[in-house]
This record gives sequence, C-alpha cells and structure tokens, in this order.
Amino acid sequence: MIELFINGRGFFVKEGTTAAAAVLTCGTAQFRSSVTGEPRAPLCGMGICYECRLTIDGVQHARSCRIMATEGMRIETT
Amino acid sequence: MTDLLIIGAGPAGIAAAVTAAEQGASVTVIDDNHAPGGQIWRGEFHGKPWYDRFQKVKLNIISDARVIAVHGNAVVIEQGAAARTIHWNKVILATGARELFLPFPGWTLPGVTGVGGLQALVKSGLVIRNKRVAVAGSGPLLLAAAAYLRAKGADLVMIAEQVPTAALMRFGMELRKHPKKLKQAAALQLQLLGVPYVRDCYVEHATGKGKLETLQFRQGSKTFTEEVDYAAIAYGFTPETELAAAFGCEILAHGVWVDKRQQTSIQNVYCAGESTGIGGVDVALLEGELAGLAACRKPTKHLLPLLAREQHFASLLNQTFSPRPGLKHLCTADTIVCRCEDVTYQVLRQQPDSRTAKLQTRCGMGPCQGRICGPANTFLFGWEQGSVRPPILPARMATLALSMTQETSS
Ligand SMILES: Cc1cc2nc3c(=O)[nH]c(=O)nc-3n(C[C@H](O)[C@H](O)[C@H](O)COP(=O)(O)OP(=O)(O)OC[C@H]3O[C@@H](n4cnc5c(N)ncnc54)[C@H](O)[C@@H]3O)c2cc1C
Ligand code: FES
Repeated sequence: MIELFINGRGFFVKEGTTAAAAVLTCGTAQFRSSVTGEPRAPLCGMGICYECRLTIDGVQHARSCRIMATEGMRIETT
Repeated sequence: MTDLLIIGAGPAGIAAAVTAAEQGASVTVIDDNHAPGGQIWRGEFHGKPWYDRFQKVKLNIISDARVIAVHGNAVVIEQGAAARTIHWNKVILATGARELFLPFPGWTLPGVTGVGGLQALVKSGLVIRNKRVAVAGSGPLLLAAAAYLRAKGADLVMIAEQVPTAALMRFGMELRKHPKKLKQAAALQLQLLGVPYVRDCYVEHATGKGKLETLQFRQGSKTFTEEVDYAAIAYGFTPETELAAAFGCEILAHGVWVDKRQQTSIQNVYCAGESTGIGGVDVALLEGELAGLAACRKPTKHLLPLLAREQHFASLLNQTFSPRPGLKHLCTADTIVCRCEDVTYQVLRQQPDSRTAKLQTRCGMGPCQGRICGPANTFLFGWEQGSVRPPILPARMATLALSMTQETSS
C-alpha cells in the first residue's frame, strides 16, 4: 500500500493505482470545476477528455488518469 | 533514425511491431500508456495472443510518451516534462479509437463515465466492489465491460442496449456464421447471468446533487428510474484520426483511407487497427500484421481472405449497433455539449458548421480539442469534423518550442 494525500487528508491505496482511480476510490466525486463552475470527474479513462484534471504535487491541470499514484503524492481537487 | 516507427501499442501496433521485427527491421514503438496493450489489453497483455512472439523480438519501446506534432519525416514526442524528436523511414499509425459519447441532460455529472472508460478506471485501480453500476449505450463492449465490472464485485443494476429487439434478433442469426464470436457471446452471457439486459432502452437523463444519483431510462413509451453510483454509457467508437490528419493522410467518414497493403494516401505512412475504421481486436491484429509485412516489402496476399471475413463481421456490428436517430433529441436547451468550454446545445444549434461554431462559441477549442464534442456534433447536427492543427494534443511549452524549431528547419 502507498499513502497519499487528497486535499490534505491521508489515504492508503494499492500500488499500481492511478491518481484518478485513487481519488474516486477514496470517495471524492468532484475532481475539478468547469469554466462555468460545474462539478466534473473522469469520463473517458484513457487520457483524451481532460475531465480528470487535478493539481498533483503542485502541477496544475495534470491528467490524473495517466499518472500513477506515488508514496506521499499530494493531490488537490478544485 | 529508426527504420520503422510505430505509433500506438494496442493490438494493431503490437502485431505490426512484432511482424516487422521478425523480418529484421529496427522498430521503435511509441505509446501514451504505461505499458503496451492498448485499450483492450490495458495492463493485462501478459498471456494474450502475440505475447510470446512479442517477448522474443527486440523492440525499442517508448511508453508514457505522446506524439504531439509531425514535421516531414520527424515526429515530436512528449514524455513527462521532456520533449524530443524522432526521425523515421517508414511509419505505421496504430492510434486506435475512442468511445462515442452522445450528450444528454446530466451527462456531465461526476459518476457518468464511458463504458470502456469505467472499465479502464477499474483496471487502473478504482475499487468498484459493491458500487451500484448501470451500463448503457450500444454495442458488444457493453457486455464485455459489464462482465469485467461484475467480476470485480460491482453490483450491476442493468445493461441497457438502445438497439431495438428485432435488429438484435437479426444480428443473433448472423452471429451463427461466426462460431468463434458466438462462443465469446455465450461466455459473456453466462458471466452476466441474473443481470437484466434490457433491449430497445436508453438513458434519457441523469440527475444528482454534485454527483450522479438517479438515471432515467426510456423503453418505448415507458420510462423508469434507477439509483446508481456509476453510469457507464457510450455508443460505440469513433476512430482516432487526428494524428493521421497531421501526417496529411486522407481521412474518410469511417476512418483513415488505406489501400490493400495498409498504406495511406501518403507514401511510407501506413495505418492499421481502429484508426482505419472500427473493426474490433481481430481486425486490428490482422491489419497490424499486414502493415508490418508491407512496411518490410513482404507479401501480404495470404492474409486478405482472413481480413475480409473479420471485416464482414465488423460491418455487421457497425450496422446493428449504430445509434438511433431519436438520440438526437435528448438534449434540452441548456445541456452542455462541449464539456471543455461549457457550450450548450441551444448555442450550438444556431451555428451552421463546426468551423463557425469554433470561432463563435469556442466549441472544440478546449484541451480535448474536439475529441469528445466533435463526433457528438456530427451526430447531432451533421457537421463535418473540423481540421486539426499542431499540436494535435495539448503540449507543454518546451515541447511546443521544440516543435516550432522543427517547423522552421523543415
Ligand atoms: C476505452 C476503451 C476500452 C475498450 N475495451 C475493449 C474491450 O474490453 N474489449 C474489446 O474487444 N474491445 C475494446 N475496445 C475496442 C478496442 O478499440 C479494440 O478492441 C482494440 O483495442 C483496437 O486495437 P488498436 O490497436 O486498433 O487500438 P488501441 O487498442 O486503441 O491502441 C491505440 C494505442 O495508441 C495510443 N496512441 C494514440 N494516439 C497516440 C499518440 N498521439 N501518441 C502516442 N500514443 C498514441 C493509445 O494510447 C493506445 O494505446 C475498447 C476501446 C476503448 C476506447
Ligand atoms: S478521464 Fe479522460 S483524460 Fe483522464
């Protein structure tokens, strides 16, 4: 298991989990707000829709379905 | 410089790479995913057809990397924060397909995903155990994905297939001519025993506070609702042709144009798999093998009868599972169609074509570059899809700078 932080709270997920899968599994439904402020979350799961964007270790707009969760990763939803 | 560059490591790219390497070519494979396998074998390529042959050949595989621009016989790739160019003599494009999403009220709520989309999320670690899931839309992937989700512990509420019963019966009769596929279908049915498979049925709208809570289905004149955690909804696939377009290849309505040796309208540029038209994994493998042989100047005729047979089955699928025209009328005025820029149905309805819509409303100008709303707009309004400009995917500044240097030097 690896520990990561979603909006400051610690969670454990299995190794080989993407950041997107980790956030969903840990019970966070909303990943980002759309340009008009609507809640959004992953749609395509394959890297093309950009709905899964999160701030990961300080990098904004990261496609979380393409990024593996790593020990100590800090994830922020918007 | 590589002899043969292959872009995409799904079944088509893998078959092409293995075949060409077995012929002695030096092969480089680039893929956006963490490991070879493409959509169907995501993270589970081990033990699949071609795996043994793949293990035996020497390939230069570049994973987690995307081709974002094309300049003459060089491509610009982005891998993490790094960018570089690769030169090639011949190239095989095997970029696959994406799911076709059709907008309906509530489709932007968190919890509404694609069918292959939810499957991909579960394959990448999402724990789906005891979650209530409905699978809807069209096509055989509904069954394959539902069986996968159920095996992972999902509580499958139902599978809703939009195709009317009579058309499904006709398809069932034709399926008998393809014993291998019939066997696959029977195996899936067994795995889905007890899960309602509702024909002639589709999701009309989704509601929930901040996330998906309730789905409303329609079947004929009847409507009913279900409470769910996830709704996996897609209407089949649309080919990923943007990269081929950047190479200057001719694109037809169903995918990239290729000749009998998988060569596109551009010399030394081949294309194989779903990007030439939706055909499923068996067509993708055969086309990949063909392209690999063709790129090595080897005979390919022996594969054509096999390919024709698989393509016959593919056209049967495409005819049966094409989305019904009634789905064009699901959107209400304020339903968002372009999810990147939040452009509504009402605003788009007044536009004459995709180009004007882009200029007037920013539809298709967001990071997905029209990959989601483009095919939806073609279905809703009959628009031709807009053209692509480099970068074909949103890229970091450094990659863009490299891409521009290439442009000025080529
Ligand atoms: C989400 C999803 C799930 C699916 N699940 C199934 C399933 O369970 N069963 C089934 O029978 N069929 C499934 N399919 C259908 C599937 O497309 C085919 O069965 C088969 O995978 C097609 O093989 P392919 O090699 O043509 O393309 P793909 O398998 O799609 O492979 C294309 C590869 O190219 C890569 N790529 C694309 N553009 C670039 C670029 N610019 N730079 C670098 N790499 C790039 C992609 O990341 C991908 O790995 C699924 C399709 C999708 C979209
Ligand atoms: S879920 Fe679509 S890009 Fe990540």
